[in-house]
Amino acid sequence: MSMKKFVLIMGVALLMAGCGSAVKLDNTPVDDRSTGAAVTDNSAAAKGGVAPVDAGKSQQGAIPAGPRVVYFDYDSYVIKPEFQSLVETQAGFIKADKARKVVIEGHTDERGGREYNLALGQKRAEAVRRALGLLGVADSQVEAVSFGKEKPAVQGNDEAAWSKNRRAEISYR
Amino acid sequence: MNKRYVCGLLAGILCWPALAQFRVEVSGVGLTQLPIAFAPFRGDEASPQKIAAIVQADLERSGQFRIVEGAASAMDENTLPDLFPWRQKGADSLVTGSVTRLADGRFDVRFRLWDVVRGKDIGRDGQVVVKGDLRLAAHRIADFIYKTLTGDRGIFSTRIAYVTKAAQRYDLWVADADGENAQSALTSPESIISPAWSPNGAYLAYVSFESRKPVVYVHEVATGKRRLIANFRGSNSAPAWSPDGKTLAVTLSLSREGGSQLFTIDIAGNGEPRRLTQSSSIDTEPVYSPDGKYIYFVSDRGGSPQIYRMPAAGGVPERVTFTGVYNISPALSQDGRWIAYISRVNGEFKLHVMELATGNTTPITETSADERPSFAPNSRLIVYATKQQDREALMTTTLDGKIKARLAGQGGDIREPDWGPFQKPNN
Repeated sequence: MSMKKFVLIMGVALLMAGCGSAVKLDNTPVDDRSTGAAVTDNSAAAKGGVAPVDAGKSQQGAIPAGPRVVYFDYDSYVIKPEFQSLVETQAGFIKADKARKVVIEGHTDERGGREYNLALGQKRAEAVRRALGLLGVADSQVEAVSFGKEKPAVQGNDEAAWSKNRRAEISYR
Repeated sequence: MNKRYVCGLLAGILCWPALAQFRVEVSGVGLTQLPIAFAPFRGDEASPQKIAAIVQADLERSGQFRIVEGAASAMDENTLPDLFPWRQKGADSLVTGSVTRLADGRFDVRFRLWDVVRGKDIGRDGQVVVKGDLRLAAHRIADFIYKTLTGDRGIFSTRIAYVTKAAQRYDLWVADADGENAQSALTSPESIISPAWSPNGAYLAYVSFESRKPVVYVHEVATGKRRLIANFRGSNSAPAWSPDGKTLAVTLSLSREGGSQLFTIDIAGNGEPRRLTQSSSIDTEPVYSPDGKYIYFVSDRGGSPQIYRMPAAGGVPERVTFTGVYNISPALSQDGRWIAYISRVNGEFKLHVMELATGNTTPITETSADERPSFAPNSRLIVYATKQQDREALMTTTLDGKIKARLAGQGGDIREPDWGPFQKPNN
């Protein structure tokens, strides 16, 4: 067999091996309030097969779909009524899995000093943390941190950009 | 200027092109400026660093000197110059000197300072330095001339720290006070803010976002060794050294109710933070008074951010700023006389200087996005970050705002300066 053909066959073989029969954990229940940990279903695996476990994902499962960003007015850390349902939905996800850890990242727009904006972003993150806590989310599952003005979502020097940067993001880590 | 490669102190291996090649652009007119002239130094042409030009730029940037131009042939410190033409041009002083390359590869740098009016020499000195210290030799000459003619200690041999951002990379740089000779102390894919020199100039405290939340490091500049001093729950930021170098004041959000509050951490202790402020507002940006007795800080307990001061061990704060609704980023001069800060006026963020004894406050810039003022250790200059034509830049200014110099970086954004201390007793 020529070298080229051998490499080609090996390449295809490797490719095929890559598409293993990994059992995926269930994705994105929209409103799943079950409290049990996700269970790996091996029944469909071939006899003698191996079901891979990704220690990185542990028990957490996939990140829930849906909006995770709360936006704020200038100099404000008040959660506006239009974001209440987002907070409620996220609270549901977090409570559904006690092992889940989220970090709420607070941000500001680019105007003003970096340290004061760090503190303002912290207020925003904590407003969301408090709101989650009021909905029954355990304190131990949530950390509130701030990026101040260091990580804008949108570049720009006008209100259109600024309004998209004044935010708190719920990050599943 | 040739591209210079700068080695990261932390890695000790990586070398990157020096991003910030500074040019001095001085603007403004001072009230009283000492007129001084320079005759070309013998040997300067062939020297790797142009000594006379560096000294000249240092003195210009101080705002207290006016360079008197004049053509002259190169002479050295031994030549008796004809002072009359310089007197005619209006110079009060003349500097002569020489740069000689020695057989062992080092350089003998000498100078002499002439009083043009009285027609006599008022100082001379020499240094033998390796090539890498030629700029430092020039800065020491500038310090000598500055001290002799103004009576104040020069800051030209001090260092500044600052941060640059280029694409997805942040660097914390340590550079000479003129912005040259920058070396990277830290490279990170995430932001670095609030560098703060320790009083002995050996350490930099700073906030790093490398672990995806703000934490505070204390970083030994010469060795690159660093210690994670504040990594508590929530955000850790705004490090400030006590004048004795033993305590770091920081802003932490670890209290049960959350919110940014002031704490202190003993450097030599077990790392446990001691709480200083007790409020439900934002308390941040601590800075010690030079005598160590007070901490000035920013608080919005009155409804919007203002600057307060309280006893360094904590206690009832008294308000310091009363004009405007947004006053942040306090910096204090070493002589205890001045506070510089940023005030938002009509939506613009402007550097102000207040005389502490009287409370008189003056805005001193024409720019509108000023940040992070820091005093030179002789209390005569302030370095700050700002935007000019939409590009970030570092500026130095005299306290009256009359003479400004731009330390212009060539590429990337430049921000977060901190002016280092005097290094040795007779700097």
